[in-house]
Amino acid sequence: MENEIKEYTVIIYTENEIGLLSQISNVFTRRSLSIWSMSAGATAHEGVHNITIVTEGTERKVREAAEQIEKRVDVIKVFFYTDDKIVYRELALYKISTDRFLGCNDIEGLLSRHGARIVEMNRKFTVIQKTGYTEETQALYGELEKFEILQFIRSGRIAVSRAVQEPVFKFLEKREKARKQLNK
Amino acid sequence: MEEKITGSDALWRSLIAEGVDTVFGYPGGQIMPVYDRHCDYAAQVRHILVRHEQGAIHAAQGYARIKGEPGVVLVTSGPGATNVVTGIADAMTDSTPVVVITGQVPCAALGTDAFQEADVIGLTAPISKWNYQIRRPEEIAWAVARAFYIARTGRPGPVVLDFTKDAQTGMTEFKYEPCRFIRSYIPDPKPSEQMIEKAVRLLDAAERPFCVFGQGVTISGAEKELAAFLEKGDIPAGSTLLGLSALPSGFPLYRGMIGMHGNVAPNILTNVCDVLVAVGMRFDDRVTGTVSTYARQAKVIHIDIDKSELGKIIRPEVALRGDAKAVLAQLTERMQPKDRIGWTEAHLRCEAVEKEKVINPEVHPGKGLLKMGEVVDRIAEATEGKAIIVTDVGQNQMMAARYSRFTSPRSFLSSGGLGTMGFGLPAAIGAKVADPARPVCLFVGDGGIQMTLQEFGTIMQDGIGVKMVLLNNNWLGNVRQWQELFFKERYSQTRMLNPDYGMIAAAYGIPARSVDGRAGLKEGIREMLSGDGPFLLDVHVEEEGVVMPMIPPGKGIHEIMLSDNEWFS
Ligand SMILES: Cc1ncc(C[n+]2csc(CCOP(=O)(O)OP(=O)(O)O)c2C)c(N)n1
Repeated sequence: MENEIKEYTVIIYTENEIGLLSQISNVFTRRSLSIWSMSAGATAHEGVHNITIVTEGTERKVREAAEQIEKRVDVIKVFFYTDDKIVYRELALYKISTDRFLGCNDIEGLLSRHGARIVEMNRKFTVIQKTGYTEETQALYGELEKFEILQFIRSGRIAVSRAVQEPVFKFLEKREKARKQLNK
Repeated sequence: MEEKITGSDALWRSLIAEGVDTVFGYPGGQIMPVYDRHCDYAAQVRHILVRHEQGAIHAAQGYARIKGEPGVVLVTSGPGATNVVTGIADAMTDSTPVVVITGQVPCAALGTDAFQEADVIGLTAPISKWNYQIRRPEEIAWAVARAFYIARTGRPGPVVLDFTKDAQTGMTEFKYEPCRFIRSYIPDPKPSEQMIEKAVRLLDAAERPFCVFGQGVTISGAEKELAAFLEKGDIPAGSTLLGLSALPSGFPLYRGMIGMHGNVAPNILTNVCDVLVAVGMRFDDRVTGTVSTYARQAKVIHIDIDKSELGKIIRPEVALRGDAKAVLAQLTERMQPKDRIGWTEAHLRCEAVEKEKVINPEVHPGKGLLKMGEVVDRIAEATEGKAIIVTDVGQNQMMAARYSRFTSPRSFLSSGGLGTMGFGLPAAIGAKVADPARPVCLFVGDGGIQMTLQEFGTIMQDGIGVKMVLLNNNWLGNVRQWQELFFKERYSQTRMLNPDYGMIAAAYGIPARSVDGRAGLKEGIREMLSGDGPFLLDVHVEEEGVVMPMIPPGKGIHEIMLSDNEWFS
């Protein structure tokens, strides 16, 4: 359906240029596409950065946004996927009072049921980490609430496509060949 | 080791290395080191001092579009930079290569709201093809090379270099290397073999093909290829506003301008053809009218260098992402020659109706007050279609587009996508500087001329021989027309009391003449065109003229008004 609204993950590879992030988010706001989550970081490839954005819209609108973003000179490549085409996760951190936490009789069970783990524990507080889908990190939140959550933070989504090779690196190889050709 | 030079020297040497011989600009505090160094490069680079920075950028746009090379603008920080914002946006929508260099406060002051600091990078990011803040003198050669490469390749556009004062005054070694490659940027895409093949099959099978073309043809220098393509396939064609002059007006298969105030025939043909070939155009809403009824019956082949335009408004059957010149040549070579006589004459009735109902009364009224179309037509006659026609925005623009005649490419200059009033006068200056040998005729309204009137000073100082035709109707005519037709004749804020333009011109030493009758018009045109210098012809035209035909907003392109009470049928 052309007008069906779906969740899309837009994966953007860029050169490391200041200012790109705001240009990219502008493309979304101008088309009134909301940005549900965003995460950014360096890739393993030197100089190549990744920005992953989760949005919701019709395929046409998201494609349009992706093309406008890819048009920016310093953007290398943009891909967008529906959820079934990617493997994705978010990361959540929960900070709770150590005293209350230790008072619980089945900590081990709780954590292992949720695939969560403790990343830091001191006299005042304990930090628990969990990766997963939003619903999963939210479910753990629900269970930890009884210990009084001092702080909670959830990251933006990161994702890899279900394609075997990361297409952007194929593209970069091709461009490297083109560069060599030109310099010959 | 190389000798070291200042960043300002490095800038001038970089510009010279890019072949720049003209810069339009205006000095100020944060760009003074660059201006100071210009004294040493004045023999190589002409600097034209405008009277307002908006004038500089529109002049650079005019220069770029006539010359086919980037125009260069040099302004100071803060207000100097914000004054060019309109022109940058205009250049972006109209794919015009300009390189804008703005002064910027020293690096240490960045972000402190220092005197005359504006966030130029943030302000111009969404309206420029690329922008960059130069903070160190070593970056200058690299940044300038990249700027020119980006501005002139692919779909051209404006780029902004925000030049901090530290970089202007710091010392650097200098070695210039033109940019030829950016890995994240592909300016020369080529359509796949299958797509070309598919397009050729569609064309060969077509019985009623029609072509609409835009400025992409001019940018790519594809005028000859377009003509050959149309001739081989016997395909009639219509032009967008910015495509005008890519084909000579007398080209046998040329059917006129498409869009809101275009000719009847090409609009009607668009909605009855079986294959629509769109070349270097982007289906602006002024061209398509209501999109849901635009060319629904046709299979569309869309040729454009900008991938994001393909399928943005109209979903093509075949999208050919590439340079118009190369793609048209490929299609022409492979497609069968055709004779489509019956179809190519489908326009005859449309043309006869338009001629009788619209064109004749506008161009040959014979009596009554002068009409805009009549003035444009007489100037086309007097210049034998050889002038560069520049327009402002409004009725003057549409009339100039409709009734000018063209015999060679790059002869029409107008603010299309943004519709910027005030564009015309400075753009005409830029056009004349770019091609001094050709007559440059500006058509401008009494509203628009006052938006950049200060550039009379530039004309005076540099002796720029632009022929300015003021189509003076004492109204903001285009808006008045809409009020008449769609707002129950409630004329809100469109009536204007005008100054004596002849006296203004005289104050700047520009010869002028005011005319209001047919004899005066003839004599005035003769006088205007007789010398090489600037001239202002203030033509008092009918006050309440309307531009027809018109596809009203919200209507399809087959729903054409011929007058306020008659529709084409
Ligand atoms: C900078 C700017 N402001 C406002 C407009 C809206 N506008 C479009 S046409 C027009 C009237 C133009 O009047 P005039 O210059 O006298 O030309 P005419 O239509 O009478 O030929 C106006 C106000 C615009 N296009 N650009």
